[in-house]
Amino acid sequence: MTPLITCENVALSYDNKIIAENLNFIINEGDYLCIVGENGSGKSTLMRALLGLKAPSDGMITYGEGLKQTEIGYLPQQTAVQRDFPASVFEVVLSGCLSQRGAKPFYSSEEKKLAVENMERLKISDLKKRCYRNLSGGQQQRVLLARALCATRKMLLLDEPVTGLDPVVSSELYCIVKDINKQFGITIVMISHDIHSAADHADHILHLGGDDVFFGTAEEYKQSPVGKAYLGGHHHD
Amino acid sequence: MIDLISELLSYHFIVRAIVVGMLVSLCSALLGVSLVLKRYSMIGDGLSHIGFGALAIAAALNLAPLAVAVPVVVGAAFLLLRMSESRRVSGDAAIALASTSAVAIGVIVISLSSGMGNDVYNYMFGSILAMSRGDVILSVTLSVAVLALFILSYNKIFAVTFDETFARATGVHTKRYDMLISVLAAVTVVLGMRMMGALLISSLIIFPALTSMRVCRTFRGVVICSAVVSVICFLIGIVISYAAALPTGASVVVVNLAVFALFSAAGAILRRT
Repeated sequence: MTPLITCENVALSYDNKIIAENLNFIINEGDYLCIVGENGSGKSTLMRALLGLKAPSDGMITYGEGLKQTEIGYLPQQTAVQRDFPASVFEVVLSGCLSQRGAKPFYSSEEKKLAVENMERLKISDLKKRCYRNLSGGQQQRVLLARALCATRKMLLLDEPVTGLDPVVSSELYCIVKDINKQFGITIVMISHDIHSAADHADHILHLGGDDVFFGTAEEYKQSPVGKAYLGGHHHD
Repeated sequence: MIDLISELLSYHFIVRAIVVGMLVSLCSALLGVSLVLKRYSMIGDGLSHIGFGALAIAAALNLAPLAVAVPVVVGAAFLLLRMSESRRVSGDAAIALASTSAVAIGVIVISLSSGMGNDVYNYMFGSILAMSRGDVILSVTLSVAVLALFILSYNKIFAVTFDETFARATGVHTKRYDMLISVLAAVTVVLGMRMMGALLISSLIIFPALTSMRVCRTFRGVVICSAVVSVICFLIGIVISYAAALPTGASVVVVNLAVFALFSAAGAILRRT
């Protein structure tokens, strides 16, 4: 296994206040890492740092050989602008190909093919011509996942992808993400509020929360004091 | 009708106004889609008021109006964008401050130099007589540049408009495209404002985009529909203004309003079926 991302003694700040420090972890190829922790513990800030949108206030984030920052697929939280945006599903998915094209102004036929393939992967081919704003929350997330897959072949970062989805659709989405991880070998890093599902699906957990930083496998997390406290001890599969 | 149009085309000043007006309508409609979707509609309005101030000062100093107004308004576009991004002053308040201040300064400059009168009226509400030959050449050049840049950056503009964070994460220089959009908007506003008037030019940016969003379901559809709607509304407006001896800018805006109502109704019917 080769490390894709290595974080050494990383500290993160928001509005000039340190919100997380001494973060040490390695993300290997093929991992499925869930980042959990309370609001304000620095989950989203860490993700922005991994994406290169924000520099850590201390420490080092290094990228493994062959991984460029712009090759990371990203599923951000939805914004108010998007919910009411007139765009077809295909237009949205295709915009994921933008990262690899540099200064060239128009999409090539290969990129259009890639967009079609990724829509097939996520079973949204029949929505191709539909308007994004008229889709259900779960469908919209699939569209954004397809777009993220157009941007990467290696690594996907997801920022609370199940927020606002009902339980059935949420568990569908978890399965899709798991499939992407297992079938296509794409490394997953996901922020989640849903600690139980995170511990069930992910193979590694990073728990942020002041002094209680935990990093290890999901099994180790379930046995650890932090994990036990947060999972509540009465967890059923 | 045909007589009316051939009569219209026999006046050189009207032909000039039509050429510039069509180009400005086209550019503003294209940029408007992105500005409206990004919730930056008020930037167009703010820029036109700042343009008013710049034109007033240029007139007082006997300088070429466009040569002064274009750089001033482009500079203002940079500042307004910066302000609406900062967390300290809220964007809409910043724009309101800047635009009312610019109008106030412009009015004072005009009343000190030539006295209030026709000048202020023309700047505020536009005049079809405003276009000289030199203006037409400059307007055509700038409009073609705006169009070319828009088409070349179309895919990036879509990405930046739809999801700025994602675009940035995948390596698009989003700040650069935000700047590009507002600079292009600034140039368009200045070109159009002397004909449409400082108070009315921003409607050319906002109306076509909103109108086409009533019925279109793809971004490309909205962009193309806005461009077509905008140019047609302008042409109808100018014919009406000539036939009924009404102010041009106001006529164009009212036609836009009517088409907006029409598309809203059509959109409501489409959604129900």
